[in-house]
Order: sequence, then structure tokens, then C-alpha cells
Amino acid sequence: MAFSTTTANFTSQPFSFNAPSPTSHVKLLITPTSASPFFGSTRKLRLPSSSIFNLHRRSGTVVGVSQVVKEKKPKSTLNLLITKEEGLELYEDMVLGRAFEDMCAQMYYRGKMFGFVHLYNGQEAVSTGFIKLLKQQDSVVSTYRDHVHALSKGVPARAVMSELFGKTTGCCRGQGGSMHMFSREHNLLGGFAFIGEGIPVATGAAFTSKYKREVLKEADCDHVTLAFFGDGTCNNGQFFECLNMAALWKLPIVFVVENNLWAIGMSHLRATSDPQIYKKGPAFGMPGIHVDGMDVLKVRDVAKEAIARARRGDGPTLVECETYRFRGHSLADPDELRDPAEKARYAARDPIAALKKYIIENNLTSEAELKAIDKKIDEVLEDAVEFADESPLPPRSQLLENVFADPKGFGIGPDGRYRCEDPKFTQGTAHV
Amino acid sequence: MATSFHGVGAAVAALSSSPSNSFDSKKLLCSPRRSFPVRKGASFVVARSDGSVNFDLNPKARRAQQLIVNAVATKSDSSPASSSSKPGHELLLFEALREGLEEEMDRDPRVCVMGEDVGHYGGSYKVTRGLAEKFGDLRVLDTPIAENSFTGMGIGAAMTGLRPVVEGMNMGFLLLAFNQISNNCGMLHYTSGGQFTIPIVIRGPGGVGRQLGAEHSQRLESYFQSIPGIQMVACSTPYNAKGLMKAAIRSENPVILFEHVLLYNLKERIPDEDYICNLEEAEMVRPGEHVTILTYSRMRYHVMQAAKTLVNKGYDPEVIDIRSLKPFDLHTIGNSVKKTHRVLIVEECMRTGGIGASLTAAVTENFHDYLDAPIMCLSSQDVPTPYAGTLEEWTVVQPAQIVTAVEQLCK
Repeated sequence: MAFSTTTANFTSQPFSFNAPSPTSHVKLLITPTSASPFFGSTRKLRLPSSSIFNLHRRSGTVVGVSQVVKEKKPKSTLNLLITKEEGLELYEDMVLGRAFEDMCAQMYYRGKMFGFVHLYNGQEAVSTGFIKLLKQQDSVVSTYRDHVHALSKGVPARAVMSELFGKTTGCCRGQGGSMHMFSREHNLLGGFAFIGEGIPVATGAAFTSKYKREVLKEADCDHVTLAFFGDGTCNNGQFFECLNMAALWKLPIVFVVENNLWAIGMSHLRATSDPQIYKKGPAFGMPGIHVDGMDVLKVRDVAKEAIARARRGDGPTLVECETYRFRGHSLADPDELRDPAEKARYAARDPIAALKKYIIENNLTSEAELKAIDKKIDEVLEDAVEFADESPLPPRSQLLENVFADPKGFGIGPDGRYRCEDPKFTQGTAHV
Repeated sequence: MATSFHGVGAAVAALSSSPSNSFDSKKLLCSPRRSFPVRKGASFVVARSDGSVNFDLNPKARRAQQLIVNAVATKSDSSPASSSSKPGHELLLFEALREGLEEEMDRDPRVCVMGEDVGHYGGSYKVTRGLAEKFGDLRVLDTPIAENSFTGMGIGAAMTGLRPVVEGMNMGFLLLAFNQISNNCGMLHYTSGGQFTIPIVIRGPGGVGRQLGAEHSQRLESYFQSIPGIQMVACSTPYNAKGLMKAAIRSENPVILFEHVLLYNLKERIPDEDYICNLEEAEMVRPGEHVTILTYSRMRYHVMQAAKTLVNKGYDPEVIDIRSLKPFDLHTIGNSVKKTHRVLIVEECMRTGGIGASLTAAVTENFHDYLDAPIMCLSSQDVPTPYAGTLEEWTVVQPAQIVTAVEQLCK
């Protein structure tokens, strides 16, 4: 059974290079276009200002994919991108993400969680903008900076917090930790500590979706997979190998680059020969899009098209989200290398503040209702922490469970019985 | 099939008639020559470990294996006309692998194959020949040359409901997939708290071939053995190749199936009916009294060749093909050690950190009291396999060395 390998039916130009016209998409969110050089503040490294570049930077526009892919889009006189319900959903999700990460920091410094904890503050627009468009059966694959992806996908805050505290009620029974959030129910496929190693897993999930439709004949299977990863990962072999395979087989996947310009202390510019990551998409035969990742509405707009494209069976998309993490790489990172001016610039583009402003200015709802959401989230978090605190630590008996799906894999002991039948096994004290 | 059954039957008969059940741990080995009946026709006895009735005191361990055709099926087990109406069929090892794979793909539509040149080319060792025509390009997927990524893709597919069989064109290439095999394949079930299973089979030919050069002659079983959460098996005959392939595909655990480049053309008659080989069990190749020789994969044949010489010299070696490289079948091995008190391990892995090293440790730890002599382990030299034929010959264990070792062990 051959499947189509044509790659011609998409625009191979990087979209942001198209002559931008002020569109309804762009006007609405206030982005300090002139004052935000995209490539960060490593003082000696600035890209040469070519005219194309200035065009891009001066206008600060990101043309939504729908602009270029010539679809008929009804021009609503209202010019609003979201309904009130959507606005509240997005706001609540971003506030949950932010508040959760702040609580993590607190708990870490109080000695409730340990190890490497990577917080997502500042990048909420990407997670919310993409994941809130998904169905439950769609899959998300993330990296070690995965708490907020888990929350956006629907994993309860209690389960994530418990996992961070290493309690048995955590989403992975305390066995995964901060960097390995998994949820079968919500199709969150992890949580990976090595960068890049989740991308092939995401490609596999997308492959399953295609396989189900074409081999198993589940005609309505149109599950999409989102793979989130950072700028550092984009120099890794697995990234390129998977771009190739996904485009080759037209897998229903969206590759979302959260370009926050820094890989721990390594500036993206110092690590990458061509820092414009979205350009690498067309090289493999898929659209490459750059979007302002501090603006949830823009991200959502791009995400809609990319996800729809995947669902239709048209193949993958590479979306580069320009974003920023307000905190260090992890809670162990003193974050001394980044220029405070750069941090301030991005802090001014806080996605939550921006959405709030949009909602208020367009009279979608009142400030009081937003404050009520803030309060609700505070309560959710308090409950989550309380739940995690009160949850039991994993008992010794949990040690050897879950190593194998079929515990016969521990083998046959000298007495002829399977080791997993040994009572010490279930107590966790057997030597296997 | 009838031939080898006969042989096995005779072997078991010989065994049960010997007073071996009441052995004296101080029994010296210069006992009178035992003439072990060597059958004409069959080059070696293939006996399933669960057919060795002496040792199988606990039926519990076998309860799960309803499907396995008992290799020592006595006339009472099989239906009246079976042994004559089901003579089995003869095939080569790579065909047996293909047969097993094809049967599993027929049985379960979620089973799929991924690898380089597995589809249109039919597999570089022809294990998947014809499968792409039958099942389509998506079920027998020709991948680009990106081991790490397509192995990871297989893992992602396994997590989301498929049962992929990933082929490494040569096992050595899977070094590029070590990241995925170690971190995701092995550990993901655990780190996800048991939420995701990874019923993947990773297979491919490895081992020292005929002057293939260092990089194509690697033994990856020693590198992978520490990875928690995986099982490793090595096939050595068409019978166990098909059986292990099917068992591995049906297993919910990730299994790495090691094949050997030089064994693909072995011919054997195998049963027509459906059977699997237990992944965790070792295979009793030749019961004996004087020394336990533990081996796997290609070295089994070097051992059996040495066994011929040894028998002529009056020794009675017990040869066990351990088959399960991780975990070890300590029951079969232990029973043998308790009987013979001398252990020789013959493997193709490197001396350092190989399967033999682990096996030595495991046997010492568990059966130290039963040993009359230190365990001897014959492994390949810690040398990148040279291209020159003579040098290559000297890096792996040869039958003559095995004979010498047994003689030394039995002094």
C-alpha cells in the first residue's frame, strides 16, 4: 500500500518573510515591536541588519499561516479573535501555569522537592495557545520543562504536585519526578530528561495515528501529536531526523520550538549557524512558521492552522515560537549570564498581562471575573500542595513494580519459580 | 521432526535410567566412561528444558506456557495420528524468523516492522522478504538511515498501541540508538509509573562473521545487559528462532532478540503447529554428567563440535544454550551445576564485562557451594575484530580451546 509522497502542496517560503500587511490579527495585541530585538542581548552578537531583516523586525508582524495559505477567512466586523469563554479558558490556563510554577519554586526552597526543576514562567502562551486546541486523544510530548504542558493537557494539579513531592499519588507514582510527567489518560507521553529524545517518541505517536487510519482502517482517527522542545534541541540530530521522517510520511504532528534564546547558559546565537529555526522546516518539505510566543492569541491562531493541517492529513508543520523564560534554566541556575535589560524587555511582554489587557479592553469580561479566576487558581494550588503533603511516600513494595509490564521478565530463580512469585519481590526486598 | 524427537526421547530415557538423581557432591570425575548414545542423523539433541522431567519439580513456573509444544511430547501427549501426519517442515533459520514474524503479523494487525531496507529490499538478510508485498509499505516500513530516531519512533508507536518490530540492519548500528534503547525503551514503563507499556521487539544480526571488520562484528549484548527493564534473548536454531521471535512479539516487555550473521542458513525441521519458546528459559542441548557448558548463539555450535571430541575422549559434557541473556534461567543452570559441579562458559562476547562475566558472577553467587572448581569462562579477546581471517579466528573461541578447557576443568 503506497502512500503519497508529494511534498509540493505547501508554501515553501518562510511565512514571516511575506510582505506583511497590517491585519486584524496583528493590531489587537500590543507588542512593543520596535523595542524587541528578537535575538537577545548577547552584546557582541547581533545579526547584521539586512533589509529583509529590518522589514521583519520593524513591522513586528507575524503573518498567520492562514494569511498565506489562501483560505477564505470570514472577516468579522467584530475583529475579535476569541469569545468570552475562550478568553476565560485561556486566561485560567495561563494563570494556573504561572501560579503552579511559582508554587514549585516556593516548595523547592522549602525542601519539599528536589533534584532538577525547570520552570516555565514566561512561556505560558505557547503551552496554552497550542494545547487548549487539542482533544483528549491528541498527544503531547514535552521535555524536562513539562509541568505546564501537563497542566494544560488536563493532568490535575494535585497529581503533578504530588509527583514533584515524590509521593505515591503522583501521576507517575513518584517514580518519574519533575522531568518525567506522563499521563495515559490525558495522552501526555512525557517528560524527557535528554533533549531531543522525546521528538522521535512524538513521531511514533503520530505514526500510530496514521497507521490506525490507513492500516487498521479506523477511518475517523485523526489524532494529532504536538512535540515541544527548545532552541538547543534544534541543533540535535534527532530533531532533523524526525523532521525528515515526519515530512516524508506526512505524519500528523506539529513540531513546536519554544525558542527562549538560551540553553542553560548557551545563547542560541552562539550555538547555531543559522538561528532562524523556522527556515529549517521548508528544507525538509514542511512549512516553517515563526510566531510571537509571548502573545497567546497569535500562537493560538498559528496553532489552529498547524493542527488543522495535521488533522487533514497534509503533514507536519514546524512552528518556532519566540518566547522567554523569566526564571533561570532550573532552580539551580543562578541566571547570571542573561542581560537584565533583556529580561526587562520580555517581562514587559508578559503573556498573562497581555491577555488580560486584551480581554479588558475588548470588554469580554470584567476585571472582577478575572480576579475571581486568580483566586480560584490560588485555591486549586493550595489544595494541590495540601494533597501532596498529606499523600504517602512510596512504600518499599513499590520498588520492583513497573520495571517490567510483565514481571516474568525478572526471570526464573534457582528454585524454579519465577522471581516475581517470590514474596520478597512484592515487598521490594528481593534481589533481582 | 520425528528424528529429533526420537533423539530427545532417548536422551531423556538415558537420563532417567542413570542414578543421577542421587548424586554425591564429592563424586570425582574420573568415573568410568559413559557411552552416551550418539544418534546418527541428528547432529545434536534438542531438548526443551521443560521436557527434562528430572528437574521440573515445580509446575507453577510452566503454567503460563499453554501454547508450547512440549518438546519431549511423548506419544500420550500428542493426538493419535499426529506424529505421522504432522512431520513438520524444513527450513533455514532466516526463513524460520520470517515465518514467526509473518504468523504474528497475520494474527495481530498491530504488529509492524520498521527498519532499513526491510520493505522493498526484503531485509539485508532476507528475514522480511515478501512481507512488504503482503502487508503494505506502512506495516513493513522502510526507514531512512536514522537509527536513534526510528527506534524512538518505534517506542512512541509502542506506547500508543502498536507492536513494532525494529530491525537493526546490523546490531552494531543500534549503538546509534542507545539513547532510545536505554532511556526510553528500558526505563519509560517505570518512570511513567507503569502507565505506558512498550511491547517492542528490537532485533538484528550481530556477532563475528566472516571477515566483516571490527564495526560489523560487534556483540551488543554486553553493552545492553545493564539496561533495566529490557529482556534479551539470543536464538541459535531455526526452532528457537521462530519460537523466540513469536514470544518476543507477544511479550508486553521490550525484548531485544540477538541473531547471528553466520547462523542464518542453518537448516532444521520444525513443527507445523503454532509454538513459542519461553523467553526466560534456557535450552538443554545435551545432557551430561561431567561438566556444565553454558553457551549461546554461535558458540553453541563450537561447543557441540568440541563435545564430539570430548565424548571420544571419554568426557560427558552437559551443554546448555542459555538463550535468555537477561534474565538468566538460574533454575536450569543451577540444576546442572548441582549435578556436575563444574562450569565452563563459552561465549562470543568480549572478556571484559560480557555476558560471561555476568553469568560467572551469577553462578558464583547462587551456587558457590556446589562448585568443585572455579568457573572457567572462555570469551573473545578484548580486541577489535580484525579483518584478516587468521587473526579473526584467534579472537573468538575455537573448539580446540573448549576441549582443552574441559580437560583442565575435569582434572
